[in-house]
Amino acid sequence: MIDIKKLDIKMANKHLIDGDFSAVELAENCIKNIQEKNLKINAYLEIYDDILKKAAEADDKIKNKKDISILTGIPLALKDNILYQGKRVTAGSKILENYTATYDATVIKKLKEEGAVFIGRTNLDEFAMGSSTENSAYGVTKNPYDMERVAGGSSGGSAAAVAFGGALAALGSDTGGSVRQPASFCGVVGLKPTYGAVSRYGLIAMGSSLDQIGPIGKTISDVEIIFNAIEGNDKMDSTSLFENRRQISGKDIEEKSIGIPSDFINDGIDKDIFENFNDSIKKLKSLGYKIKEITLPNIKHSLAVYYIIMPAEASTNLARFDGVRYGLRKEGADMIGDYFETREAGFGIEVKRRIMLGTHILSSGYYDAYYNKANAVRNVIKYDFYKAFSEVSAIITPTTPAPAFKIDEKSNPLSMYLADIFTVPVNLTGMPAISIPSGIVARGKAKLPVGLQIIAPHMREDILFNIGRDFLAEK
Amino acid sequence: MGIDDKEIEKLAKLSRIKITDAEKKKLSKDIENIFEYVSEIQEISSNLQDDNFLNSRFVNVMREDGEPHKSGIYTEKILKEAPDIEDNYIRVKKIL
Repeated sequence: MIDIKKLDIKMANKHLIDGDFSAVELAENCIKNIQEKNLKINAYLEIYDDILKKAAEADDKIKNKKDISILTGIPLALKDNILYQGKRVTAGSKILENYTATYDATVIKKLKEEGAVFIGRTNLDEFAMGSSTENSAYGVTKNPYDMERVAGGSSGGSAAAVAFGGALAALGSDTGGSVRQPASFCGVVGLKPTYGAVSRYGLIAMGSSLDQIGPIGKTISDVEIIFNAIEGNDKMDSTSLFENRRQISGKDIEEKSIGIPSDFINDGIDKDIFENFNDSIKKLKSLGYKIKEITLPNIKHSLAVYYIIMPAEASTNLARFDGVRYGLRKEGADMIGDYFETREAGFGIEVKRRIMLGTHILSSGYYDAYYNKANAVRNVIKYDFYKAFSEVSAIITPTTPAPAFKIDEKSNPLSMYLADIFTVPVNLTGMPAISIPSGIVARGKAKLPVGLQIIAPHMREDILFNIGRDFLAEK
Repeated sequence: MGIDDKEIEKLAKLSRIKITDAEKKKLSKDIENIFEYVSEIQEISSNLQDDNFLNSRFVNVMREDGEPHKSGIYTEKILKEAPDIEDNYIRVKKIL
């Protein structure tokens, strides 16, 4: 019996190489956990039917010591908005209920080459629009720490699957916090890489200037291993960074200095989270880090900027779902009637809301005053971060303003949007950030994990990993 | 700024989404609230003195046309996903 919850990728790799267990046995243990837990938690929407075959192929490679990497035979979960050729991909929407991917996303192609074993596709808010997976057309994903609460979102299925041992690690996508927030709610590590570091070819698009694929794992080193496997320039994604533009940014400043934007954090945050954050600061100080107050004068406008830019981009991206080329088609009276019927039947309410909001923002009379203005303010926020990074090598905040909330607790969309207050600014700047487990807070009988967010300058994922490893006392 | 029924109907039409009367009511209230919230950006000064740091990492990616893949190799796979086809075409209702 292999305890998936106690196994990280490095250890699993060593056991596979030493022959302590096989990739097939490893996959079988994940499947067993899924059979026990998934009916309640609803992290997976589908378990692939070829897992054991793929695991056996990995075992052959390991036996023959041919084309193996640290990820060969490692079971991974996929957020259901990443295309895997020949498999269903729904984006959590009815409009893609019967859609089969016609090609592999670049991240899938790369992980296949490494010999990773894909276990299944995980639940998400429809088209990654949400912070709780409650917007999924296929039911909510429950938090493994408390079944009355959400796992977070939009990559809630991926985070929950890693937390309950349904895979060793997972891929998610992060537009405004969708990897980091569920990682924080489920007590695991989640990375949003630098915008452009990981190819988005084959990721179903929401906000194209914000979206980034990122790994979720139990340890810093698991997340780092997957990040190293999936990053790199890709000619299929025009926003992918070229090697010569991946130069390290930020001035040469003392590695161990961390900034805290106190003004921003003190506002409207849960008491326990605040206490936990102060404990994290103490811990970092005791590890030899210098903590410095910084000001990010415009960061408070991030959520407003985000809820202009993201719906504008989403409304444009989702125009492709017209019932003509793929996905659902509902018959109307005429050709244009088909569009109306298809989109009415296929999209859930949050998706409709964001498409209509984006359409409003992009309509004449609002485009300049809102969309262009939001982009200008976005640059001002970016500039604040650049300035801060001339003084410190990283910035920390809590990942979320409160621990996992109860299912159906947030009935008004704005209150849901506020759950992403600390994660959204990072997507606006394109900088990398990680959420790491920073402790537990109590809510009645429930013990809920909370996360610490670390932010670094562009292409400095290494800083995130170093601080994270120190904090978690990882070797 | 209020978003009335007429405005919501117009947005739904532009978005090619049919909405029910119940949805209309909820959406107009939600969109009005969100719009009011994001309107705070009107008050912010966005004049940047130093914008050298912007977008230096991204360049427009262009390539010459050429080296097309062999005609038809993806046709079958892609048409399999279409809701309605005839031979190698996607079928829709008549437009004119």
